[in-house]
Amino acid sequence: MKCLIFLVLLWVNTVYAIDAKQFTDQKQQADYESLTSELRCLVCQNQTIADSNAELAADLRRQVYEMLQQGQTREEIIAFMTARYGDFVLYKPPFKIKTSVLWLGPIVFLSIGLLMVFWLIRTKAQKKVEDEQEHGHQEKLVKIRRLLNEEEERS
Amino acid sequence: MVKFLIPLVLFIIMAIFLAMGLHLNPSEIPSPLLNKQAPAFTAPKLLAPTETLSPADLKGKVWLFNVWASWCVSCRAEHSVLNQLAQQPNIMVVGLNYKDNPEDARGWLTALGNPYAVSITDQEGRVGLDWGVYGVPETFVIDKKGIIRHKHTGPVTVQDVENVLQPLVAQLQAEAE
Repeated sequence: MKCLIFLVLLWVNTVYAIDAKQFTDQKQQADYESLTSELRCLVCQNQTIADSNAELAADLRRQVYEMLQQGQTREEIIAFMTARYGDFVLYKPPFKIKTSVLWLGPIVFLSIGLLMVFWLIRTKAQKKVEDEQEHGHQEKLVKIRRLLNEEEERS
Repeated sequence: MVKFLIPLVLFIIMAIFLAMGLHLNPSEIPSPLLNKQAPAFTAPKLLAPTETLSPADLKGKVWLFNVWASWCVSCRAEHSVLNQLAQQPNIMVVGLNYKDNPEDARGWLTALGNPYAVSITDQEGRVGLDWGVYGVPETFVIDKKGIIRHKHTGPVTVQDVENVLQPLVAQLQAEAE
């Protein structure tokens, strides 16, 4: 029984903030769902307005719903939101000078990482070759000494 | 030598970014409404619900637009500062009673004092949405032409009044209409 209660509690955590909304068609519902999962709740900043139970998130969901009902497009709704809350409201911010670090950062860091890996591999390989050469040199020296010693003993 | 310099340089870069992160306030989101025309609204007045107010009525005046609610704890902290601020000449504070019960709001003003020249009610948060309100309290400064010149997020402190709001209002008062 305890186990069952525990499972129910776990499940409750994953439930979205649901309000009863009537949609005229499937496309409108799909637009509503994708828009609310792309817009950030500004109070609880790591949640989308679809996930959040904050009052502001409910207001923003209502706004999205009403605008869809009025026949406004996705772009119009996104423009409406950014005009009021800035790019911060978007989980996928547009590429601008201000957001360039955000978009290019991962590529830059990946390149730095790759360069370092190449550099490490190359220096290691070079060292190995040098070591082998050094090793071969030593072997030859030993051989020469042995030969010289043999020569001396014979004479 | 280079071997020791690389981690040092990496550490310094990281330290700079972390230090910057420490001084940023993630709840302070820059408002895209800055230096734009104040969003229009027509909303009922809290103390005279049959009358309405819109920003157009305030053209030619410098005013502060303070978002407040009786359920908002930080507003209580801010309230005494606003009361003092409102006593000064040339300062006009307009309140936006945001997502509040008008009865509670009126009781709050009676109990704690009313710094607002006028407060309007926004029970559904629609005016707030148009103004990009996401946390209460927030305070906007609007100039004579009806343009938003400053936004303050969070409770206004005495320092904010002395260092930012008063000088700004004085500067805006001096501007032509």
